[in-house]
Amino acid sequence: MTTELLARLQFALTITFHYLYPPLSIGLGVLLVAIEAAWLKTKNPLFHQMARFWTKVFALTFAIGVATGIVMEFEFGTNWATYSRYVGDVFGSALAAEGIFAFFLESGFLAVLLFGWDKVGPKLHFFATCMVALGAHFSAIWIVVANSWMQTPAGFHIVGDGLHARAEVTDFWAMVFNPSSMDRLTHTVVGAWQAGAWLMVSIGAWYLLKQKHREFACLSVKLGLTLSLIASVLTLATGDRSASGVARNQPAKFAALEGHWQTGPQAPLHVVGWVDAQTETTRGLALPGMLSWLAYGSAAHPVTGLRDIPRDERPPVNFTFQLFHLMVGIGFAMIGLALWASWALWRKTLENSRTLLWLLVISVLGPQIANQAGWWVAEVGRQPWIVYKLLRTSQGLSAVVQANQIVASMIMFTGVYLLLFAAFVFLLNEKIKHGPDETDLQPTGKLALGFKGGAA
Amino acid sequence: MNFGGLDLNTVWFVLVGVLFTGYVILDGFDLGVGVLHLFVARRDEERRVFLNAIGPVWDGNEVWLVTGGGALFAAFPAVYATVFSGFYLAFMLLLCALIFRAVAIEFRSKHPAQQWRCFWDRSFALGSFTSTLLIGVAMGNIAWGVPIDARGEFAGTFLGLLHPYALLMGVTTVTLFAMHGAIYLALKTEGELQARVRERINPLIIAFILSYVLLTLATLLYVPHVTEAFRREPWFFTLVVPVVLAIANIPREVNRGREFYAFLSSCAAMAGLMAIFGVGNYPYLVYSQPFPEHSLTAFNAASSPKTLGIMLTIALIGLPVVLAYSISIYWIFRGKVRIDKMSY
Ligand code: HDD
Ligand code: HEM
Ligand code: HEM
Repeated sequence: MTTELLARLQFALTITFHYLYPPLSIGLGVLLVAIEAAWLKTKNPLFHQMARFWTKVFALTFAIGVATGIVMEFEFGTNWATYSRYVGDVFGSALAAEGIFAFFLESGFLAVLLFGWDKVGPKLHFFATCMVALGAHFSAIWIVVANSWMQTPAGFHIVGDGLHARAEVTDFWAMVFNPSSMDRLTHTVVGAWQAGAWLMVSIGAWYLLKQKHREFACLSVKLGLTLSLIASVLTLATGDRSASGVARNQPAKFAALEGHWQTGPQAPLHVVGWVDAQTETTRGLALPGMLSWLAYGSAAHPVTGLRDIPRDERPPVNFTFQLFHLMVGIGFAMIGLALWASWALWRKTLENSRTLLWLLVISVLGPQIANQAGWWVAEVGRQPWIVYKLLRTSQGLSAVVQANQIVASMIMFTGVYLLLFAAFVFLLNEKIKHGPDETDLQPTGKLALGFKGGAA
Repeated sequence: MNFGGLDLNTVWFVLVGVLFTGYVILDGFDLGVGVLHLFVARRDEERRVFLNAIGPVWDGNEVWLVTGGGALFAAFPAVYATVFSGFYLAFMLLLCALIFRAVAIEFRSKHPAQQWRCFWDRSFALGSFTSTLLIGVAMGNIAWGVPIDARGEFAGTFLGLLHPYALLMGVTTVTLFAMHGAIYLALKTEGELQARVRERINPLIIAFILSYVLLTLATLLYVPHVTEAFRREPWFFTLVVPVVLAIANIPREVNRGREFYAFLSSCAAMAGLMAIFGVGNYPYLVYSQPFPEHSLTAFNAASSPKTLGIMLTIALIGLPVVLAYSISIYWIFRGKVRIDKMSY
């Protein structure tokens, strides 16, 4: 294997693992804010119990998110040194802003969220929870802005040439609001909400199946499902916007998403299919004209096909196609499930339908798979560019890093991450088996002040 | 944005230094707690006290490293690229150590089994020790100089980074962090455990002073570009005075039972040491040996003035806010550690 491929695989491995956790934190963050707000308003002790339980789950995902995030922060320098020199002027500031605005906020107030129950009053605790959730969203903002700049560079000019060429900022806000950043940001954030929301639904549904902690479970399912419903619909809306953005800004990626070869109007949309890059054909079930219509609002609008894109600028087509369809398929499935479960909840039949409850239990996997698939689509679809149309991935490598070093570090990371993942699943399982704490129905410490029935 | 006639490159040299100093002072004590974890805390309860002493703050402390890394990337991309790709294996080890340490803190007390706790205790201690040592070794290499070729790429080897001077800097860092951590623990513990922690402070101070004196001698003898900076500007030596005073003050305050002042002294000493390190190396960020003309400096490795200006705006908005709420959070968690049901 070439050093380039190894470096890419290593990056993919570490970022994929990192991205299992932040979406959970972002989604659970929103839900924790909702729970604590409800508690402050209604003083129903059930909300206090929920807040405590979900905070512990949050702490678990957060810890691994942090541990794996640090790897990412340094990996641009270790694996992509030439790229780092090339883009540092532009890309680095977004990364630094992330540290200053997001990570400090998140990690600082997390202390109050986790350990502050008995040390601060309920309002301050609520404030801390809001700040943690805000911080989690800020991290998403800056990192997605940085990544979007790599997809659709803007607000810069190139100085120097050859080995010394590099991008320099000319317009900071044009860099931040580059053509794809807002579409991708909104889509990523609602995707993350789904990850957190379905986790809550899933654990709640599990308790309902096992007929344990009924009140707690019902409320969790209700709250989780509300966010799931909103977020799954928003995912479709924002995903559609992302797609038409890709059509305009990255025609090669767009053609790969749909395995579209021949430029022309009436471009078809595939429901399922298989791409053969050798013969340049795509076979499958297709709706004629739909692709043109979805991307440009008119079936008569032409869509660029891959044949019009030089061979050495085409991404891996079938891979991108399949993962894209996986994501979209899951997207519709999540909307369907959310609607069905909400209907059942409204008709009060949810608890009787074991099929539905089981579906809700496994629903947690949906957004995780879709989130990963989406990123792989976005990143692989950008190939062979590391910075779209400016720098090839093969040129962005670290000149001094050798294949065997990458292999060594990859073996290490694989081992460490497997261990972390096993420990995470084990602990989460313990938490779920243990369930919400009955004593948490009685707020303690300063939080109890002003609450009827609270033990001081 | 125009910040008057300010030399932005120097400002960023200082600011990156400030971020790393923040890191060393803050994460320094929780890394130090990790180094002492297995030796000083023996019973389960005591280990929990240690972990909870740093529990609410270690993550925020580590963010200084993350932000320092980001600032280095943005302000001096060439340094970020050269150092991280050049020290590849060392950084991978550092990352591995930091990962283990982070999750060990979080996981250890989540399950009662003896082997489980034992495993994560060791991970925490070993992770802390290894990260401290590697941070020191990296700083040692920066001070000593590393081979850089004409393209600005690292031209050495992994083993070449482990020379005696760098290792000495590594050991010095371990003793410094352990001392700093012990003082912090004295502040957070009470009773018999505190007495045991306090006994460790003096030996650690002595160990630190010995290794630091050795390191200084080695620097004066073998690291001409640093010595030269001091020869050019002899007033830099006055920086040493507050450091010595601060360190001398530590045992005094500990004996009087004023751990908080001892801790402040230790922080001040570390800030002073970092200042000496920075002043000695300025304007070099990575000194090239044997070809000094390939060195990366605050001028030839920097981003454009435009970016440095934007970043300064970001820092001026962000840092005061960060400092304000960080201090408030430390204030909320002041006082001795109490184990309760949300504790580790
Ligand atoms: C819960 C997760 C989830 C779900 C159900 C969907 N997506 Fe998605 N999608 C993501 C999570 C995601 C993501 C992880 O957030 C990505 C990766 C990069 C990005 O910007 O967002 C993404 C990327 C992404 C891209 C590529 C953007 C780019 O390369 O710039 C497109 C075109 C879509 N999505 C479109 C859709 C459509 C039409 C969906 C139909 C419902 C859909 N996604 C469901
Ligand atoms: C390659 C790109 C990435 C880098 C360099 C990166 C870097 C980091 C770092 C250094 C941390 C630890 C912060 C701390 O110590 O508190 C972290 C955590 C986090 N990251 Fe990432 N990250 C990347 C991708 C992403 C993406 C794509 C998202 C979301 C859309 C994200 C969201 C978060 C969040 C919310 C956290 C807080 C911890 C958690 O919630 O699990 N990151 N990341
Ligand atoms: C969390 C979600 C992400 C996932 C799952 C992901 C996945 C991947 C994958 C699979 C690759 C390898 C592409 C290939 O081999 O064809 C890659 C490459 C890369 N990604 Fe991402 N990525 C994510 C987020 C980010 C973010 C937020 C950034 C930047 C801020 C980023 C920057 C890069 C870079 C620099 C490369 C290397 C060049 C390349 O191979 O394209 N990624 N990523």
